[in-house]
Amino acid sequence: MNDRIKTPLIATKDLSVHYPLRSTKLFGPPPVVRAVEGVNINIAPGSFFGLVGESGSGKTTLGRALLKAAPITRGEVTYNDGEVNFDLTDIEKQDLQEYRRRAQLIFQDPYAALSPRMTVRDIIAEPLEVMGITKSREETDQRVREIAAKCRLNLEHLRRFPHAFSGGQRQRISIARALVSNPKFVVADESVAALDVSIQADVLNLLKDIQKEMGLAFLFISHDLSVVAHVCDYVAVMYLGRLVETAPTRQLFAAPRHPYTKALLSAIPSLDPDDYGKAEKLEGEIPSPTNPPPGCKFQTRCRFAVDICRTQEPKLETEEGHDVACHRWRDLMEA
Amino acid sequence: MNKNKNLLEVENLTLQFDTDEGRITAVDNVSFSVAPGEVLGLVGESGSGKSVTAKSLMKLNPGNAIYSPETKINLHLENRSVDIMQLKSSKDMLVARGGAISMIFQEPMASFAPAITIGDQMVEQLLIHTDYSVAKAKKYSIEMLDRVGISDADKRFKQYAFELSGGMRQRAMIAMALSTKPKLLIADEPTTALDVTIQLQVIELMKDLVKEFGMGIIFITHDLGVIAQTADKVAVMYLGKLIEQGAVRDVIRNPSHPYTQGLIAALPKLDDLDAPLVAVAGDIPSPLERPPGCVFHTRCPVELGAQCRSMVPDFSSVASGHTVACHLIEASNVLDKKVAVS
Repeated sequence: MNDRIKTPLIATKDLSVHYPLRSTKLFGPPPVVRAVEGVNINIAPGSFFGLVGESGSGKTTLGRALLKAAPITRGEVTYNDGEVNFDLTDIEKQDLQEYRRRAQLIFQDPYAALSPRMTVRDIIAEPLEVMGITKSREETDQRVREIAAKCRLNLEHLRRFPHAFSGGQRQRISIARALVSNPKFVVADESVAALDVSIQADVLNLLKDIQKEMGLAFLFISHDLSVVAHVCDYVAVMYLGRLVETAPTRQLFAAPRHPYTKALLSAIPSLDPDDYGKAEKLEGEIPSPTNPPPGCKFQTRCRFAVDICRTQEPKLETEEGHDVACHRWRDLMEA
Repeated sequence: MNKNKNLLEVENLTLQFDTDEGRITAVDNVSFSVAPGEVLGLVGESGSGKSVTAKSLMKLNPGNAIYSPETKINLHLENRSVDIMQLKSSKDMLVARGGAISMIFQEPMASFAPAITIGDQMVEQLLIHTDYSVAKAKKYSIEMLDRVGISDADKRFKQYAFELSGGMRQRAMIAMALSTKPKLLIADEPTTALDVTIQLQVIELMKDLVKEFGMGIIFITHDLGVIAQTADKVAVMYLGKLIEQGAVRDVIRNPSHPYTQGLIAALPKLDDLDAPLVAVAGDIPSPLERPPGCVFHTRCPVELGAQCRSMVPDFSSVASGHTVACHLIEASNVLDKKVAVS
C-alpha cells in the first residue's frame, strides 16, 4: 500500500470536548461536562465508520466536533482528502467554508430537519446557493436533479413540499441535501432511528450504494448495533465520552472484547421467543458525565470489575488491529 | 370469577376521523381479545393504526373520532362486564381510564406533568381511583417506585420528571400505571425511546409484573424482536387492518402474510452479516388514499391480480389460533385441502 491511501481522511488525537456548566457554588471552578474525553480515531477515505453507544455516551458530540460544530477543548482534528488538508482546531474562516462543503451532516429526525415552507427542490438547492457552488440557476437545477435521481426522488417530488412525504422519503430528501455539495465526509447521526423497520432497510441500502458510488466516508452514529453490523466496515464503541473498543466490524461482532460491547450485543432483542432470559442484563444506567466514576468509567455497571478497575483508567490496547480499553479483557476472553 | 374468560374482547372495531380533507378510516373492522396474564403484541409501522386502536379501549381519541355502530369493546371484570362504547360521562369512564385499564405512553417526558412532582402525580391518581388516605397513598407510591427498581424511592418521589433519566422516567411511569392495580395494561411503544440495555431492563420488569399481578397487557411496538421477547400472542396491523394474528412462535417462525414476512426480512440479523437488507417496497399509503381490496396490494410482492385489487381478503387459518387475511393463503388452503383429499 502506498502512503496516500493509508492517510486517514479524518484523524483525531486526544480529542476532548468539555462544556462548562453554570457554577452552583460561590467559589471554585464551575462543574464541567466531559462529553468527549481523549478520543483517537482515524477514518479512512471511502469507509463506513460506525459509532455506537447508549444515549449520553458522547457519540453525537464527537460527530459534531469532527464537523467543527462543537467546541474542541483539547486535542487535534485533522482532515486530509488528498486535495486539501485542514487542522480543525486552528482553521481560517475561508478554509472553514471550504470544509463545510466537504463535510456534511444528516440529521436524525426527517420531520424536523426540513423546512415546511420550502419545496424539495429549494431544500436540496439551498447548500449550492449558500456556498456559491453553482453559477447559474440552470446549473443548480442540473445538480439538484442529478442528486435527486441518485437518492431515488423523481422530478415530480421536487416540486412538492415536505409534508407530502413519508418518513423514508423525507430522509432521502435530507440525504440528497447533504450530498449535493459533493462532500467527502458525511456524519449520519441516527439517520434511521426514526424510521420504521420496513423503510429503514431501504435508506440503509441507499446510503451504502451512494457511499460506494461517490467514494465518500460516512461516520454512522447509531445506538442500534444490528444496523451498524450490516452497513459499517469499522465500528467504535463509546461509553461516557471515551472509546472503549474499536475494530473492523466482523472482528468486533465475532469476538467482542470489552464487557460493555458484549452487554450491548446481548441486549439486542432476539427474534426467537425461546431466547427470553438468555440476554445478559446490564444493571443501572450510564453515570453522569459531570461526575464520572474514578478508574474505568464502566466499573459501576461491570460485573467483572476488580480493584484495579476502580482506581486506574484502562488505556486502549491494540492487538490485531482491534483496540480495547479494559484491564481484564485478556482473562475474560480466555474464560 | 370467570377464569377461562377473556379479560378484554374487541369486536369489529371500526374508527374513522372527520378531517378537513375528508373522512379517513384509521381502524377497519379489527377484532382481538386478551386473557388475564396474557401479553398481546400489536405490531405495525407508523400509520398502521395501532395507537389509535389502543386509545379506543379507553375512549381517548379526539372528538372527531367516529366509532361504527358495530364496534364492541367489552371488559370482563371479576364481578361485572363493562361495555366501553356505552360509557358516556367522564365519571363512568374512570373504570376504563386508570381504573381497570392503565396506559403507559411512548414518551415518558411528555406524559408526566412537568411542574408537579412524580410523587404528587402518583398520589393524585390513587386518591381518585382508590379509597386510600393521602398518607397511605404516599407510602404505597414509594413502595411501587421501589418495586420497579428505582433506588432512593423516597427521594425520587419528591422529584420532577426532568430530574430523572429516560429509563428512570419509564420505570416511574410503569409504577404509576400499576399502582391502581389495573386488570389491563396498555403499553404504547414503552421501550422505543430507550437504549437497548435499558429496554432489556424494562422488558424484564414488565414480564415479572405480569406474573406477579396477573394482568393482561397490550404491548404496542414496531420492533418484532421486542415482540418475540415479550408477547404471547401477536396481532399485525397494516393501514388500520389486522392482517395476521396468532401465537408469537407461530407468527414469528411461520409468518404467512407477505407483509409480516417482509417485516421479518427487513430486520437486520446479527447471525448473518452478509445477508442483504430487504425493505418492504414502497411506502405506507396515506389514509386518504386507502387502496381498495387488500390494503397491502400496492406493496405486495406476490399480489395475485384483480382479486387482491378489488376484494378484501377474509381471515383464513394456517394453524390453530393462527389466522391470516390474504388471498394467497386462501388459495393455497383450498389447494391443500384438495391434496389432502386425493
